[in-house]
Amino acid sequence: MGGMHGFLLTGAAVPMGVLLVVTAVYVLVIGYLGFRGYKTTKTSTDYLLAGRNIHPYVMAMSYGATFISTSAIVGFGGVAANLGMGLLWLVFLNIFVGIFIAFAVFGKRTRRMGRNLDAHTFPEFLGRRFQSRFIQMFVAAVIFILMPLYAAAVLRGGAEFIKATFAIDLGVATFIFALIVVAYVVAGGLRGVMFTDALQGTIMVAGMLILLVMTYAKVGGFTGGHEALTALAPQMPENLQKGGMVGWTAMPKFGSPIWYSLVTTIILGVGIGVLAQPQLAVRFMTVKSGRELNRAVMVGGLFILIIPGVAYTVGALSNVYFWQMEGKVAIDAAGGNVDQVIPMYINAAMPGWFVVLFMLTLLSAAMSTMSSQFHTMGTSIGRDIFEEGIRKGRDKGVQSILVTRIGIIVAFAVTLVLALWMPGSIVAAATAVFFGVAAAAFLPTFVGCLFTRRITKAGAIAGMTSGFGFAIIWLAFVHAKNAERLGICQLLFDKPALGAYPWSVLDPLVVALPLSILATVIVSLMTKAPDDAHLDRCMAGVGRAKQAASS
Amino acid sequence: MFGIPDPAIWLAMICCIIGALICTVYGAMHWNSDSDSAVLEPDDVKWAEEEKKIDGEL
Repeated sequence: MGGMHGFLLTGAAVPMGVLLVVTAVYVLVIGYLGFRGYKTTKTSTDYLLAGRNIHPYVMAMSYGATFISTSAIVGFGGVAANLGMGLLWLVFLNIFVGIFIAFAVFGKRTRRMGRNLDAHTFPEFLGRRFQSRFIQMFVAAVIFILMPLYAAAVLRGGAEFIKATFAIDLGVATFIFALIVVAYVVAGGLRGVMFTDALQGTIMVAGMLILLVMTYAKVGGFTGGHEALTALAPQMPENLQKGGMVGWTAMPKFGSPIWYSLVTTIILGVGIGVLAQPQLAVRFMTVKSGRELNRAVMVGGLFILIIPGVAYTVGALSNVYFWQMEGKVAIDAAGGNVDQVIPMYINAAMPGWFVVLFMLTLLSAAMSTMSSQFHTMGTSIGRDIFEEGIRKGRDKGVQSILVTRIGIIVAFAVTLVLALWMPGSIVAAATAVFFGVAAAAFLPTFVGCLFTRRITKAGAIAGMTSGFGFAIIWLAFVHAKNAERLGICQLLFDKPALGAYPWSVLDPLVVALPLSILATVIVSLMTKAPDDAHLDRCMAGVGRAKQAASS
Repeated sequence: MFGIPDPAIWLAMICCIIGALICTVYGAMHWNSDSDSAVLEPDDVKWAEEEKKIDGEL
């Protein structure tokens, strides 16, 4: 107990041994729960029935855990330290669009149609809906190529925290975090089991609620903390002021570069982009009944409020803490790297036991998200590209298992390299790129196939390829920050980016999504509608067609 | 309000809370309601068999 007492008093200086032991115990418990869950679901009916007599609390927490990643907590939380509380609009969109609309409207239709088509992955869903191998392969390829970027952001989010906690090199931190996640994946399998998710969800909620209460206590209470943050406005760093920031409790100036990037990239790109996320659509298909989707709306709404909502609020308020303690605003205290703000704040302001709890919170958030990311990438390469695309649906078997496993290893290697190679202040940006490109490529087709019978195969292909192509070109050549990071524009045109303001700060989504919608609609209208028999099969029981089909 | 002068910010805060409340009420009201959860349909079982196979492969 003496040692325990010691580390409680020393605050941030948590001995590495303590943290490693706690983490090892945690991974073992998670692994054990995962193994037990796997053993008890022997038949498919067990699998389907598993959720029906389970305690609502377990179910609730397990939903919640899969929604949130380290990227939301560390990455976007850090961004809030710079851009302030305007980021709460993203929380609102995540709740309203990402949860309410997604689950109550998209979720039910996707689940029903997925069953009708016997689809198990997002590419398979779109491919079968439009009777096109090309679509299935294209969607799978986009996922396989782009998703490592998102996975790398999640990995990096956890690594930044380990780096701040132990004051070690980021590369070493990345390897440690990756190792823990791999240990979990090997022990517990790729697909999260209800009990492991529930434990992770509980840890995340507890961690963030404690963080919120302790933060307000440190900065002078709810109203007092906001007042202190408002009063800090004159200390806003010069480059942010030039960009249009007027304070942490105010929106940036309308039409300023930061306003554009906050509204287009963060609020729209991530807030709307969430609707076309392959790993989310798969979740709709795997739920056991429509009832589960209703329940998920409740839990999801609360989870988004508690986890990202708290992360962004605390990120903004950390400026008050750092100003009081060090006479610096958060970004300066974090050495200019926004991804270090939340980790530095936790380590500086919170007691040692909380640092351990927060470490588990981040691990939980990373594990549940990464397991679904790798599940999605693995099935993309094995089932969608290899089985359907290359073998044309023949001879599924040993080879496809091998290809899936090699695919996952390759995806993991790419993720690791990206996580090591990416520059600082990248976690939120990389996540936003993935969400934006996925939305530009998939959203029009996804919405079209769920709600209308008129989108044709050619229309879907036109929309997807133009949305994806345009988003990528925009990222590489027009969007100043990303073009600079990629360096392709510099190489070809000897300029970091080609876009003029305000184009250079507009997210690709804002331009590529309308284009993709236009292409989908125009080409669909020019081509013959799909045949009725196929559409009837797809739409059976979907939305209102249900009564018609059953009568 | 709440010590925040810009209405666009406190409005965001309130919208977040109202949004979460709407989700909560919706979820509570429909907690047990769904027509297709009462019976296990054949396509559900078939779907689950294939899903288990994929999980095994991973």
